[in-house]
Amino acid sequence: MNLKMPYIRIVVIGALICLLPLVLSTFYMHIAVLVLIWAFLACAWNIIGGYAGQHSLGNGLYMGIGAYTVAYLVNRFNLTPWVGLVVAIILSAAAAAFIGWIVFRYALKGAYFALVTIALTEAAVYVVSNIPALGGAGGMQMEYRGNSLAYMQFAGQNGYFYMGVVLVVFILLLTQWYKRKRFFYQLIAVRENEDAAEALGVDTVKAKIKANVMSGVLCAVGGVFYAQYFLYVGPRSVFGEVVSVQILIYAIVGGLGTTWGPVVGAVLLVPLSEITRGQLGNSFPGSQLLLYGLVMVLTMMFMPFGIMGLADRLRQRWQHRSATPLVDSQGGEAS
Amino acid sequence: MNLNFSGAVLSQAVASGIMLGGLFALMSIGLTLIWGVMKIINFAQGEFLMVALYLAYFLVARGHIDPYITIIITVPFMFFFGIGIFRATISPILKDPVMNQIMLTLGVSLILQNLALMLFSANVQSVNTRYSTWNIHLGSVVISGTQLIALVGSVLCTLGVWYFLKTTDSGRAIRASAQNPTAATLMGIDVPRTYLLAFGLGSATLGLAGSLMIPFYYTSPTVGVFLGLIMFIVVVLGGMGNLLGCFVGGLVIGLAETVGAAVFPGSLARVFTFSIFIIFLLFRPQGVLSKRQT
Repeated sequence: MNLKMPYIRIVVIGALICLLPLVLSTFYMHIAVLVLIWAFLACAWNIIGGYAGQHSLGNGLYMGIGAYTVAYLVNRFNLTPWVGLVVAIILSAAAAAFIGWIVFRYALKGAYFALVTIALTEAAVYVVSNIPALGGAGGMQMEYRGNSLAYMQFAGQNGYFYMGVVLVVFILLLTQWYKRKRFFYQLIAVRENEDAAEALGVDTVKAKIKANVMSGVLCAVGGVFYAQYFLYVGPRSVFGEVVSVQILIYAIVGGLGTTWGPVVGAVLLVPLSEITRGQLGNSFPGSQLLLYGLVMVLTMMFMPFGIMGLADRLRQRWQHRSATPLVDSQGGEAS
Repeated sequence: MNLNFSGAVLSQAVASGIMLGGLFALMSIGLTLIWGVMKIINFAQGEFLMVALYLAYFLVARGHIDPYITIIITVPFMFFFGIGIFRATISPILKDPVMNQIMLTLGVSLILQNLALMLFSANVQSVNTRYSTWNIHLGSVVISGTQLIALVGSVLCTLGVWYFLKTTDSGRAIRASAQNPTAATLMGIDVPRTYLLAFGLGSATLGLAGSLMIPFYYTSPTVGVFLGLIMFIVVVLGGMGNLLGCFVGGLVIGLAETVGAAVFPGSLARVFTFSIFIIFLLFRPQGVLSKRQT
């Protein structure tokens, strides 16, 4: 019972969320879809950044690969996005494996990984901006072909909303399932003490590359979804530093290495930033990103474990007061 | 594809590449220094340079000060600017995991970039000085005088920082804190203070870069994004924390940019630079001058 509870919770909350279209207006439905897109991407980043502790600053690269692959294949060869999705998964897996292998094969870690990933995702912006077949700096528009699942396009937001719910529920279930598996225990061991993990027989290089591939592929799936929703891809809107920071900020604010943290972060920050942009965007361009910067600095200074970490700590303190626990529950692993 | 291999074009590209490389090295010294001392990547370094460029721009365009005299204002300003940012944000979490400090600097970079956007608008600003048309002719090769000064400044700055770290007491304290903070503390070195000094110094080098760049470069709120990217690449190429490597890395990327632009048609030039970067990552991930550590 206790073991199944987290899964049941995810499915029940997902089902309840599906009722939202009944009460939300079009504007808030748009924000809801954005929340789902970013929650999904943040959950994907959480695998390499949160569980494996390798702070990739370049997951925009995989999101961009996903978005551009699907846009190019749909525009150029008139294929259905589902084929694009498969190709995007293959390409992003190859890219993530290659980058992971380059960085992790030697004992270069932490900041080196962050630097290389941010350099590559920024490089991708300049490369893509210079390829005419990919629309150059202007990006690519995609044609609306009508309300059909075969073209992954829907009239209005509801179709995208349900698709987003399915994706987020899927990634939450996946994370929850992997949390009980050997692979995630290896990742956490790598994060906590790489040398000790190596000494205990964990192939740390392989574990980190695997985590990078998993995270990259899922980000590419998020990118495909993003492209289908906006029917537009641009170098700076799917590649680059700002997008990569956006992906990780929700996970960090919500709580690194927790199942629900990235979702909590996206639910709080995306509406806040969209409303800021709506209210101040014209008179103060950049107010939305300024807000992200402030949130990031304040989170690091005052609650480095994010909202889930804070909640966990408060819960522990409360339990401590009401009864002396037999075993101290460990922090940072709230579900 | 129309490849262009004429000798004159190529020698011009090499000369310009060395100039540009010197500039890239100058920009990146601060980043590699801060990493070398406290194992923090300051992701706001590109935005620090943007601040220095705006300061130099306003001093020259509005204050009508000679760009090379603005150095006496920009360098101290950037020193205290860096110290201020360090005190306010990084100092309080110096005991936290390094990754948190790095993430924090990423937040600072977003704040600076978008504050600049609000204050100065997205317009690209540049300034004409009496040095702007100053060119030096060496046979068929033309060298811009302002870029030559930037190259000289870059060499002097690298040597100066190196000399400072090698010979002065403060420099020794910085190196000791970098090697082993605990042992340095036991020897009576105030480690947080040396961190502060190193961060200020890393930021001050950007003041110099800003003043030397403004006669031939431009500034805009997002100028730090591209320059920051160049810094990251140069520092990784040079070997993180390696001053001389940083200079060599700057030259490699400067040459890649100009030779690539001369040989390949426009759209492929930048791809060439990034390919060089990936090739170096494949074969010398530890940096051009560092020994391999496995």
